[in-house]
Amino acid sequence: MSATRASKNVAPPSLEEEVFPPFPGRGVDQVGLEERAASLRTRSWKRETKTAALERAISMTDLTTLEGADTPERVRRLCRRALGPAPGLPLPPVAAVCVYPALVETAVATLQGSPVAVASVASGFPSGQLPLRIRLSDTRAAVEAGADEIDVVISRNAFLRGDLSRVEDEVAAFKEAAGGAQLKVILETGELGTFDRIARAAWIACRAGADFIKTSTGKVRINATPATALCMLEIARDFERETGRAVGVKVAGGIRTARDAIHYLAILHETLGPGALTNRRFRFGASSLLDDLCRQWRKQKTGRYQAPEDIPSD
Amino acid sequence: MTDSKTGYASRPPHPLAEPPESFPYAPSREDPTLAAIAKTHDLWIDGEWRKPRRGRFPTLNPATGEELSRIALAGPADVDRAVRAARRALPAWADLPGVERARRLFAVARILQERSREFAVLETLDNGKPIRESRDVDVPLAAAHFFYYAGWADKLEYALPGGRKPEPRGVCGQIIPWNFPLLMAAWKLAPALACGNTVVLKPAETSSLSALRLVEVLEQAGIPKGVVNVVTGPGEVGAALVRHEGLDKLAFTGSTEVGKTIQAALAGRPVSLTLELGGKGAHIIFEDAPLSQAVEGIVQGIFFNQGQVCCAGSRLFVQEGILDEVMDRLRSRLATLRLGDPLDKNTDLGAIHSLPQWEKIRSYLEIGKEEGAELWQAPAEIPSRGWWCPPSLFSNVTPSMRIAREEIFGPVLAILGFRTPEEALAKANDSLYGLSAGIWTDKGSKIFEMARGLRAGVVWANCYNRFDPASPFGGYKESGFGREGGLHGLLPYLRT
Repeated sequence: MSATRASKNVAPPSLEEEVFPPFPGRGVDQVGLEERAASLRTRSWKRETKTAALERAISMTDLTTLEGADTPERVRRLCRRALGPAPGLPLPPVAAVCVYPALVETAVATLQGSPVAVASVASGFPSGQLPLRIRLSDTRAAVEAGADEIDVVISRNAFLRGDLSRVEDEVAAFKEAAGGAQLKVILETGELGTFDRIARAAWIACRAGADFIKTSTGKVRINATPATALCMLEIARDFERETGRAVGVKVAGGIRTARDAIHYLAILHETLGPGALTNRRFRFGASSLLDDLCRQWRKQKTGRYQAPEDIPSD
Repeated sequence: MTDSKTGYASRPPHPLAEPPESFPYAPSREDPTLAAIAKTHDLWIDGEWRKPRRGRFPTLNPATGEELSRIALAGPADVDRAVRAARRALPAWADLPGVERARRLFAVARILQERSREFAVLETLDNGKPIRESRDVDVPLAAAHFFYYAGWADKLEYALPGGRKPEPRGVCGQIIPWNFPLLMAAWKLAPALACGNTVVLKPAETSSLSALRLVEVLEQAGIPKGVVNVVTGPGEVGAALVRHEGLDKLAFTGSTEVGKTIQAALAGRPVSLTLELGGKGAHIIFEDAPLSQAVEGIVQGIFFNQGQVCCAGSRLFVQEGILDEVMDRLRSRLATLRLGDPLDKNTDLGAIHSLPQWEKIRSYLEIGKEEGAELWQAPAEIPSRGWWCPPSLFSNVTPSMRIAREEIFGPVLAILGFRTPEEALAKANDSLYGLSAGIWTDKGSKIFEMARGLRAGVVWANCYNRFDPASPFGGYKESGFGREGGLHGLLPYLRT
C-alpha cells in the first residue's frame, strides 16, 4: 500500500476505492484516540514558553461573531479588538475576524492594510440545507465583498446517506467559487456520530481541495473536542504524507479557557511537530477565548490576575 | 496561500506567521524530597524494625547512579525469624472475621491513595521509571488491587463452588521483581491477606524502598504484627526463604531461569507454588487496524517502563501490506518520545533499572546486529550519568534470531512480517513463552478467532499493557503457572 501511495506517478485511487471499507489504516479506535488526546493535557509549557504559547494561540484565533443581532458597529469593535487584543499590551493581532457575508464589507474596510484576514461563513451556513446554486452564490458573494477566507459547511445529509461523491463534488465546487480565498471546510463533527466518519469526511474534504478542515459551526450541541482535533490532525498529517499538500485544521465552538487552548496546542505539537505552530496550519474559532488568553498572558508577565472589567469586551 | 485577486496579497504578513524552530516543554520536575528517604533501612519482622546482623548494601537511583539509602542484608537466621513470626501470627489473622480483614485492606488502599504522590516519587527514584507512569499506573493500580481483594475477604465462601468456607494456605513466601516494586507487592499481598494468610515478602535487592515504605501503610491500616514480614537482600535471601521448612506456599515473579531453580528446590515438598516468569509477547497488527492508535499501542506495548515488563509486546508482527507504512509511522512517533529525568512529568522514557540490566540490553543490541537484523534507534540525548537506552527497533528479523526468541527486557522491538492470520498465529505461538499477546484489527470476529488460537495467558485487543485487578494474569509454557488478579487470583491462597 505505502509503496504505491508513495510513488506519485500512479493515478490516485477513486474515492470509492479509497474511503469505503476498509479505508486502510485510517479507521479510528475511539478508546485509544480519546486516551491519547487526554494524555497530552499534562504536557507543560511554563513561564517564557507559556507566554509564547499564549501569543501563538492569540495569533491563531479567528475572532468570531455569528449572531442574528450582529451590527456593523459590533463588527467594527471586534475588528479593533482583533488588531490589538488588549490595549497597551504588546500582544500580536489575531489571525482573522469571522462574520456573516452581509458584514464582510464592514470588516474589510476596518481591517484594510492590516495583517488580520477577513473570514466569512457561506454555503448556507450553518445547516447547508439550501440548493447548491444558492450555496455557491453566497460563497461567491462573500469573496466579491472582499473576504480572504471562506468557511463552508459540507452537506451532512449527503455524507450520512453515503453519497460521498456528492460531498466531494460540492467541496470542489466551493473551492472553485472561493477563487483565491482560503477555503475552510466545516465537517460539523457533532452531527457525524463516530470518529470513523469524522476521519472519512476530513479525508474527502482534503482530497476535494480544502485549505483547512474545521470541526464545527458552533451552532450544534457538540463542538470541538481534543479527540476530534487529534483525529483531524492525524488525517491532515497522513494527507500531507501521501500528497505533499499541507492542510490546516480549525477547531471551533466551546473553547473558552487558555488551558484548553494550550491542550490543543500540545496535540498539534505532538502530531504535526513545531513547524505547524502557526496560523497557516491551525486556528481557533472562538469569541470569549481571547479574553482568557489575554488574562493569562498578563498573569504570566505580572504575576497577578487583572479584574475582569480591565479587559475590554467587544 | 496568496492570490492577487484577494486582499491577502495586499496584507502585510502576520507577525507570527512563521513557525518557531522548536517549542520545547518546560521541565516540570516532581520534588524528590517528597519521598523523604531514610539513610538506612532495617528488616521488618514481627511488627518491629530489626537491625541486620550482616550489614547493609546500597540501593541506587538508576537515573544518576547515586546512592539513595542502605538496605539491610538479611541472613538465614533473619529469614527463619520472619517465617516463625508469620507462623505465630497465622491463627489469629486467619480466624479474624472476613469483614475485619476487609476493613483493614480497604484502609491500606485508601492510605495508599492519600500518600500516592509520595509513593510515586519514591518508586521513580528507586526504579528509574517516569513519574508519569508511577503516578498514573503503578500507585493507582496498587491501591486498586487492595480495594478489589478487600471486597473478597468476607465473601470467600461464595467465591468457589461448594459453599464451604475455604481455609487459607498458611505461611506464604513471596518473592517479587524490580520492574514494578510496589505494584508487585500489592499483587502478592492483597489476595494473600484477604484469604487470611500470613506473608514473608522478599523484594528485589535493587528496589526495596517502596515495599519497606508500604510496611508503614500496613501498620497504619491495623494489619497485626507478624502478618507481613519483609526481608531484604539479593537472591541468596530468596533462596533461604525457598529452602525454609516453614512455608506452605511460595509465589515468585521474576525470570524463567530462577523460576526453574525454585520449582526444582520445592520438588517433593508440600509447598504449593505459583510462578509468573518471562515472556516474549506477540503484538499482531492486521492491515485493517486503526493505524494511528495501533502505533500508540505498539509504543505502549514495548516502551512502557522502558520495556522492562514481562508481558511487553516485544515481538511485533505486521501484515505485509502495511509493514513499510507502520515502520514509517513508528519511526516518526518514536522521534517525539522524550527520554530523560524520570522525575520530569514530560518524560516518556526513564532510566534502565540497573547496570547489569543495561549491560544485558546492550549485549542483545550487538547480538541482533551480528545476526543480521537492522537496528534503528530514535534520536535521543543520553544523560551523562545513569543507565539509558533509546527506543530501538530491529527490522529484517527472522523468527530464528535470538532477538526474536529471548526475553531482552528493554526498549528493544523485533519487527517481523506475516501474510495470513494463520501465519501470524503460527509465528506468535512459536515461542518458549506464552504470557501475553496483542491484536489490532477492526473486525471483532478476527479478534476472537485469533485469541482462541493464541497460547498466551493475556490477549489484548486494540490496546496493550492494560491491567485491571478483576482480570486474571499469568502464563502458558515457560511463562509460568497460576493466575494473579480476579477470582482466579484467590485460588493459590486457599485450601480447597
